[in-house]
Amino acid sequence: MIRPLALPLATLVFASVCATVVSIGVGSVSMTPQEVMAVFLGQGGALQETLVLELRLPRTLSAFATGGLLAVAGALMQVLLRNPLADPYVLGLSGGAAVGALLAMLAGLGGAVISGSAFAGAMLATFLVFGLAHGTGSWTPSRLLLTGVVVAAGWGAVITLMLAISPARELPGMLYWLMGDVSYARTPWPGVGLLLVVCFLVIPLGRSLNVLARGPLQAAALGISVRPLEWMIYILASLLTATAVTMAGSIGFVGLVVPHMLRLILGNDQRLILPACALAGGTLLVLADTLARVVIAPEQLPVGVITALLGVPTFLYLLYRSR
Amino acid sequence: MVSIPRPAMQTLNTCQLVMDIPGRPNGYPLDLTIRAGQVWGVLGPNGAGKTTLVHTLAGLRAPRSGSLCFDDRSAFGLKRRAFSQQLGLVFQDRQDGFPATVLETALIGRHPWLSPWQMEGASDVALAENALEALDVLHLKKRLVHTLSGGERQRVAIATLMTQSPHTWLLDEPTNHLDLHHQVAVMSLLTAQAKAGSAIFMCLHDLNLAARWCDHILLLYPGGEACWGPANRMLVPEALERLYNQTLVTVEVDGAPFFVPKRT
Repeated sequence: MIRPLALPLATLVFASVCATVVSIGVGSVSMTPQEVMAVFLGQGGALQETLVLELRLPRTLSAFATGGLLAVAGALMQVLLRNPLADPYVLGLSGGAAVGALLAMLAGLGGAVISGSAFAGAMLATFLVFGLAHGTGSWTPSRLLLTGVVVAAGWGAVITLMLAISPARELPGMLYWLMGDVSYARTPWPGVGLLLVVCFLVIPLGRSLNVLARGPLQAAALGISVRPLEWMIYILASLLTATAVTMAGSIGFVGLVVPHMLRLILGNDQRLILPACALAGGTLLVLADTLARVVIAPEQLPVGVITALLGVPTFLYLLYRSR
Repeated sequence: MVSIPRPAMQTLNTCQLVMDIPGRPNGYPLDLTIRAGQVWGVLGPNGAGKTTLVHTLAGLRAPRSGSLCFDDRSAFGLKRRAFSQQLGLVFQDRQDGFPATVLETALIGRHPWLSPWQMEGASDVALAENALEALDVLHLKKRLVHTLSGGERQRVAIATLMTQSPHTWLLDEPTNHLDLHHQVAVMSLLTAQAKAGSAIFMCLHDLNLAARWCDHILLLYPGGEACWGPANRMLVPEALERLYNQTLVTVEVDGAPFFVPKRT
């Protein structure tokens, strides 16, 4: 073990738990952290139990899972494309999801159909880029990146077209979806489950990713089957992003900013960075969602606005300070 | 884990191997036998295919035809991981994607020897530090690689290969960016590795380094022909002059030939 992994991860676990407890306590009926903990220990009142377990905990878990999935997907995309500017949406996946969701909204469908349609759109976008980037010649990260960026521009045009022709009463809902909003989340469990599976997967995968980050030739010379590993990262990152987008719309900045902040502080060992991304991304989105609920209560802001407002200055500060 | 016994591989054989060089229709078949203990130098002008040859031998580029064998087993059927336990290489140019320290960089040489679930242990760190020490870069172990000078990075790359400790070492211009002292230090290290049972195969631009340290030479001509053999038979002025299209003056230093380009 090169670097002690335990201390940063323990710190992040502690931060996640604190953020979760605070987030559950904050709302129209405030609860102290002690009261929240009492409910978890089975010692709370019936009202508080309903409030915590049925209303606030699912939303907080959804926020955590969404943030964690986006941050891990961003970190994976950065390794895959060996480009620090990559984020989970760089290959146009959020555009596909948005077109799916907006179509469902335009058809007047609600709830589960919007989620399903968003997921279908995200996977369609994934396979479209996958197929097109493969092309007839050889496959390179820059080719994948260009294909993804151009396809994303195409999705952007379709989204604008749909917004332009939609009836006015559908527009607020559509805009909230496009900015990302955890209140769309129906159930946190698929996201939470996937996040746990991924944290387990990165243990055997992490060192291969470290080697791949040195470039494909060096990786091949050190015994990595580069192409299968690259496709696996692509599919995995797409699945994570699609799940996150399906839960809460396209929330920006988490997938770009969280991995970067962690790399600046913790270095570049993917075995540490990926689980750290899951925890820090989750914590960030839980806090952002809490703020989104209270800033102009009883109204709510889309959480994507908060992540951007929090993330951008923090990131710029870290970048400015780094060597 | 260090304790994986190295399979007793002795030779790297190429059988009628033709490199795939774009724009060169008829390749020249190579029948090389690179044995443990030998130090090979590949000489040739720019664009003759030295790097392509090294990449082909490393299995990173498919040949047009022919085969590559470790002893008498075909190397192409091997899994990448098993392949890289037998053979490793230092590239001519490297991309340092994400920032990493010198020690982390050397440690990735252990990758082929560790199972997916293993973390690098104390013995792996010891191997890496030993290699960094041998290349005189141990004092830089906490520095980020992209902050080092070109020569220091070159030595870190060689230390990474030493940490990988394959049987066959391929090196594409290992003395690039190195000052005189470190050129000599690296060449001594490589010959010592060969004495200890490895096979060394490197591309060089410096005729005199090759004359001094290599016992076998492969000449790659720009047209695609090649010839190879013991150094004393290959390093004759007529062959070298034709190779580089440059007249040479030969002097003798310490009983070995020393080649200087003739001023025109």
